[in-house]
Amino acid sequence: MTQHSHAHDHDHDLAHHHDIHSELPSDPALRVKALESLLTEKGLVDPAAIDAWIEVYESKIGPRNGAKVVAKAWVDPAYKERLLRDGSNAIHELDFHGRQGQHIVAVENTPDVHNLVVCTLCSCYPLSVLGLPPAWYKSAPYRSRAVIDPRGVLKEFGLELPDHVKIRVWDSTAEIRYLVLPERPAGTERLSEEQLAALVTRDSMIGVGKVAAK
Amino acid sequence: MPKTCLPLGRDLHHHPHHHAHRRGHAHADVPPDPALRTKALESLLTEMGLVDPAAIDAWVEAYESKIGPRRGAQVVARAWVDAAFKARLLQDATRAIEPFGFLGREAQHIVVLENTPAIHNLVVCTLCSCYPWGLLGLPPRWYKAAPYRARSVIDPRGVLGEFGLVLGDEVEVRVWDSTAEIRYLVLPERPAGTEELSEEELAGLVTRDAMIGIAKVEKGRTA
Amino acid sequence: MNGVHDMGGMHGHGPVAPEDEKHEPLWHAPWEARMLGITRSMTFPKGFNIDRFRHIRELMPPHLYLARSYYDHWYAVCVAALLNGGLATKDEIKSGHAAAGSAKRNDAARADQVWASQKSQGVFTRKVETPPLFAIGQRVRARNINPTEHTRVPRYVRGKVGVVQLHHGGHVFPDTNAHLQGEAPQHLYTVVFSARELWGEDASARDEICADLWESYLDPA
Repeated sequence: MTQHSHAHDHDHDLAHHHDIHSELPSDPALRVKALESLLTEKGLVDPAAIDAWIEVYESKIGPRNGAKVVAKAWVDPAYKERLLRDGSNAIHELDFHGRQGQHIVAVENTPDVHNLVVCTLCSCYPLSVLGLPPAWYKSAPYRSRAVIDPRGVLKEFGLELPDHVKIRVWDSTAEIRYLVLPERPAGTERLSEEQLAALVTRDSMIGVGKVAAK
Repeated sequence: MPKTCLPLGRDLHHHPHHHAHRRGHAHADVPPDPALRTKALESLLTEMGLVDPAAIDAWVEAYESKIGPRRGAQVVARAWVDAAFKARLLQDATRAIEPFGFLGREAQHIVVLENTPAIHNLVVCTLCSCYPWGLLGLPPRWYKAAPYRARSVIDPRGVLGEFGLVLGDEVEVRVWDSTAEIRYLVLPERPAGTEELSEEELAGLVTRDAMIGIAKVEKGRTA
Repeated sequence: MNGVHDMGGMHGHGPVAPEDEKHEPLWHAPWEARMLGITRSMTFPKGFNIDRFRHIRELMPPHLYLARSYYDHWYAVCVAALLNGGLATKDEIKSGHAAAGSAKRNDAARADQVWASQKSQGVFTRKVETPPLFAIGQRVRARNINPTEHTRVPRYVRGKVGVVQLHHGGHVFPDTNAHLQGEAPQHLYTVVFSARELWGEDASARDEICADLWESYLDPA
């Protein structure tokens, strides 16, 4: 055996996935319901806390947070400078920091560089500024192809970039979360910060889209 | 949506309107039990005249009673008793084996690998399940399974340990990954104390596993 | 571990087929919301952490990992954590009910703690006494390591040469933390690799891939 097996031997309660899944219903709705009932009975979960978490992601944390950051960076050059230098603190100023968003690096799209964010190993995502990741972000096609064929992936989102544009793919392998600062579209000089925020899509902050003026 | 579409696994149950289309796969629409699926396929092919059921029976018969590891065992036993044959076998196995009449499908380009006290050879196919069918018959199920295919190249000693074969550190383990049409046959070491045995008796000791390289041939055990 | 979770560069998974952002629902089924809430608020075995969570997810049998959807992975991890930690039995998971006579705990996270938990958790920076081995702009090679345990160096960068782009200071080291062997913080760097270094001459000459790599994953190049 390899030298690596020793650490495993010491890690006693990290066994495996017990051979239980074949004995459980295939419908996740049934399994999750049974799990919730069990945990509630055993006092391992408070159903009201589950409701509260759902409420957090349904009404408090979502891509509107990120859109506010982007719009502010577009209208306030000093803020933009702080955001690109230290994303975590600049976002902290707007007070929606927290879980999965503590270490944020903002990467700026320009006419020459297009940034794209992925997590090939799991599905890391800047939850505190973008909310829950879309289903495709967590799926095998995106996770496998974003690093080897970013241009092909972008085409599937309807975004075709000319050859002279450098694509930089950020694979979120650690606890750093990447937020793309998209380009401000032309013709938006007269819009307010709030109106600008309304233009900013979640997809543009992941890097699979651009922001359109309308 | 065309009928030939296999939904991407992760969202199989949630939003069928977003199935990705994959050419040539229609698995979502057929019964999960392979016995039913295979039966339906055979009926269809027979009705369409695309297959002759007697030919299917003949193939099954071939692998049940004619093509199996006894073929490889004969080659190994010959090499053990005939030094000139062994030299030819290690030099050009395809030509050396030709007179046996064992060449054919999945056994047209053979290379024989000699195990010695210093070198132990192990055969795997990481990319699919290539195997010297003409010499060893049907590959065992574990040979085609993910654990063996994945681990033989990165942890051969661990895999051999699972087969009960622990090799000393001084032994070099050589893993042969059958990535092309070359088929590898391991020539195991002849066990000590078998000097009196006939070629036929020797062949009786040679196991399939020894010719894949996951076991040694033992004197007291017949294959 | 060299598992199916390490997907960067794999072929055969098909097109991304994204849903339109405007019409994609937050949940694709009500159970997904419940599973998120359960995972965020349930009592895990002592010492449990995010790296352990990720590693248990990686340990899912490959056929289940590939066939099941994201929140169903969370289900599998929670079930494994409960069983491994002795917090529930197989029979209890199957029946959805506590065994007769089992004690009820009263220390589960409450709803009024949720927002505080949201805002307080997730700081992974740690002080590291040793100075960083690598400087921004330096060429480094990702080590060819193949641990059977948790690691965050993807296979597609192993043995490849890149340039240090960012230095993030000390961060909790997942490879030990996942196995409850301590946070053992190390310097963390973002390393930029050219697409051609990773994927060969057919890749774009301009494109780049960045990965966050801990110091012990790297050698000078």
